[in-house]
Parts: sequence; structure tokens; C-alpha cells
Amino acid sequence: MTTYLLSVIDHETNSATGDEMEAIDAFNDKLKANGQWVFAGGLAAPETATVVDGRGEEPMILDGPFVETKEYVAGFWVINAPDLDAALRLALEGSRACNRRLELRPFLGVAEP
Amino acid sequence: MQPATRTETLLGGGGALSDTGEAITRAHREEWARVVAGLARRFGDLDLAEEMAAEAFAVAAARWPVEGVPPNPGAWLTLTAQRKAIDHLRREATRRDRHEEAIMLREEPEPAGTIEDDRLRLIFTCCHPALSMEARVALTLRLVGGLTVPEIARAFFVEEAAMGKRITRAKAKIKTANIPYRVPDASDLPKRLDGVLAVLYLTFNEGYLASGGETAPVRGELTSEAIRLTRLLHGLMPDEGEAIGLLALMLLTEARRAARVTAQGRLVPLDRQDRSLWDRGLIEEGHRLLRERLASGEAPGRYQLLAAINAVHTSARQFQDTDWSQIVALYDQLVRVDPSPVVRLNRAVAVAEVDGPQVGLAEVEKLPLQRHHLFHAARAEMLTRLGRHREAKAAYERAIALARNEAQRSYLESRLGQLAE
Repeated sequence: MTTYLLSVIDHETNSATGDEMEAIDAFNDKLKANGQWVFAGGLAAPETATVVDGRGEEPMILDGPFVETKEYVAGFWVINAPDLDAALRLALEGSRACNRRLELRPFLGVAEP
Repeated sequence: MQPATRTETLLGGGGALSDTGEAITRAHREEWARVVAGLARRFGDLDLAEEMAAEAFAVAAARWPVEGVPPNPGAWLTLTAQRKAIDHLRREATRRDRHEEAIMLREEPEPAGTIEDDRLRLIFTCCHPALSMEARVALTLRLVGGLTVPEIARAFFVEEAAMGKRITRAKAKIKTANIPYRVPDASDLPKRLDGVLAVLYLTFNEGYLASGGETAPVRGELTSEAIRLTRLLHGLMPDEGEAIGLLALMLLTEARRAARVTAQGRLVPLDRQDRSLWDRGLIEEGHRLLRERLASGEAPGRYQLLAAINAVHTSARQFQDTDWSQIVALYDQLVRVDPSPVVRLNRAVAVAEVDGPQVGLAEVEKLPLQRHHLFHAARAEMLTRLGRHREAKAAYERAIALARNEAQRSYLESRLGQLAE
């Protein structure tokens, strides 16, 4: 079993239509029923981000995301799947449900809860 | 990686040990993929499988000349590689904890009711669509074909270190992203098989239509490796029509290799090739494969149609005997499967042979291929035949500017020269 991060790629946030939200809910229910659900959520806009750097003596707090791009991660799922083929199938389903492109990326490891 | 270089050295063979050298070369050709594939399934680690397979061949190179070639070289190599792998894991395990050793040594349960050749799993894993095309080709040549990293780097004009990195990165992605080591489900199989065939065809074409500027126009090591791998795939999936089609296509193309380029490295077009130089054995094999496939009655796919077109060409004793209406009919079928402009361009060339250059030219000029040298070359030929020499000259010049390899350029220049005379 491998844990994967599915990032929703978008240029705006909180932009899902009612139909899309319904499809997303149905997809979430399916993930939960199959025991593949770990976590999911939508993210606020990058302008609401704050970058902090606590490595130096003087803590740094900066307004904005660490890198500005036209498209960014607007939301994500964390799922468990037996292998990449299974994860790809779910990712395609998720992409259809939220009507956005997704990036699928494996976790190297996951900390125990 | 060192074992790769060692394999390469031992493949040199020769001298007083030539018999043993030949046995090792043969074993390498015939058994490499099986050894790697078996280890990969048993230990679930492609990197380890590749390294230990290379080690086993290095041991063979040291011991076979002294002890003689074992009666079953394949079994010997597999066993040696497995022992090496287990030794290696034990050594690693003393540094790691037992939990991890258990993970590394677990055996994948065999899915009930299916017996899959490990080599088929290896092929599908190397050609997984989550890998870039470049990575798929390199990985397939290394892990299935057994070519060394320096050999693959040379074949694609890439620095050895860069090629090594490309392969290492692909293997790391397979491991981390958990790309499964298995033949895809029936529902995914057609698409995934297409992907495998694309990798093999690209490898063949890279050898046949070498794209580098300063390279030999045909690189036999790549074409013959592509044929060898396609034979392997066909052997493992004998009922797949498109695997048969691709193999036949490669054989019928390869058969013309000796006639296709002059000693000076200039491309010889089909109508001027010395057909006595064609390899009759390959042609007969290609024709036989297609005939047998035709008997299945299933609708032919893209590769089978391309092979059938080549079969028509290779059935003609001389260019003048070519059955062009048959070729146009096959292109009509091909356009339905693959309506890309390049296919329609080739169809237009065949149409010109049946209905004359005026009709062919009208077909060509409809196509959105202004950036493709073949478009301008086809136009130039048809304009020449229509006596429109000024326009033909401009078209040849455009084709020369866009041509991708030296043999093509040199041929087009000679055509342009003839036009001026």
C-alpha cells in the first residue's frame, strides 16, 4: 500500500460549481467506503499564505507564497492505494469529479497518527 | 554503475576463449531479460535485479572459461544472480533492522489462475505510461534488452552520465510511486500494449531514420535490437495482431537496409534501390507473419496495415511492378485508423502513382505540413514530374532546409542538382 497526494491544479480557489461539489462528495464517499480515504481539503488562495523561516536567530515572517505561479495547488486528497495503477484510476476519477487537472505524487513515508 | 561496464567488456569475447565468449554472448542475448525479470519479481527491486544480473554475467565471464559452460546457462545465471542478491540483502540487513529485511524478502503472491512470463511484466513496467517516453526507451533497452548504459547513451547521443541518471531516475520513480510489476488487466491491456509497441517502434525508427546530424544514416545496432525485443514480445503474446504487425513491419523495412543507403551515405529512394540487395529471408518471414495474421480474420490495426503496405512494395520485383492501387487501398484503411497528416501525405504519394502527379499534388497541398521536410520533398517530386521546375526548385530548397539527417539532405540536394541540368 502506498500513500499518494492528489493535488488539484487551478488558477482560482473555492471555485467549484454545485455540480462539481456533488461529484466531489460522491467521490469522497467512495474513497471512505473503500478504506482509501486519508484526508482531503480545499486551500485558500496563495495570497493568504505566509512564509516563515525559523532557522536563524531572528525569526522571519513574510507575506505571500514561497513561489508565485499562475496555477497552484487549490486543494488536495491524500489517499491510500495498492499501487500506482490503482492510484491513477482514482486520480482520473477525482479529476473528472472536480473537473480540474490533478497532480499525483507518492509519499516517501507517512508518520503514524 | 560498474557491473554494466563489466558486462560490456566481457561481451567483447574473442581470442583463445572465443567458444566460451560466444556462449556468454549468446547467454547474454537469450537469458538477460529472463534473469532480470525473475529477480525483479522475487525481490521486488529493479535496481537490485539489474545489478545482480550484471554480477552473475561477470562471474560467468570469470568462471566459464576455466570450468566450462554449464549445461543450462540460463538456470546457472539465474541461480548465481539469486545467490548474489540474497548475499547482498543479508549484508544490507546487518546494517538495517530485521523489519526491513522482511519487506525486501517478501514474495509477491502469484495471482491465481494466471501464469505470466516475468519478462512480460518487466516489459510492461519499463513501458509504463507514468514514465517519460525517453525513460521508457532507455529502461527497456537496459533492463529487457541488456544494452549497457554507455551503449544506450551512444545510441541516443546523450552523455553517459546523463543517460545513467535518466535510467536511475526512472527506476527510483517505479519504486517510490509503486508502479506495479505485472501485466495490466484485460481492460487496460490494449492501451498499454500500444504504449509498449510505440517504445519498440520508436527504438527501431531511431536506428532506421537516425535523427542526429553527424551520424550514420542507419544504425543497425538499434534496428536489430528493436527487432529482437519485438520478437520477444510476439513470442510472449503470440495472439496480439499488432505485435505481429509491428514485427512484420520492422522485418520488411530492415530487409531493405543494404539497398537504402549508398557507400557515401546517401539515401536511395525506393524507385532506385537495387532490389537484389534486399534480404529475401527477412522479406519471406515478414510476408509469412502477415499471411498467418490475415487468416485470423480480425480487422488489422495500424502496424499491420503499415506492414501490409511494405509487403506490397517488397513483393514487386522492380519498382515498375508495384501494385499502387493495392497500396492506395491500404492507405485508405490506414487513414481510417490514423487520420494524421503524415499518413495522408504518404497516401497522396501513392495516389500520384495511380492517378497522376496532378491529383497527387492537389492532395498534398491540402495538408497542414509546411514545417515537415517530407511535405516539401513530395511536392517537389510531383512538381518536377509536372514540368513546373521553378516551383520544384523552391520546394526542394525548403525540404533541404528542414531535413533532419545528412542522408536525406544529401539525397534532396542531388535531386535539386538533377533539376538544374
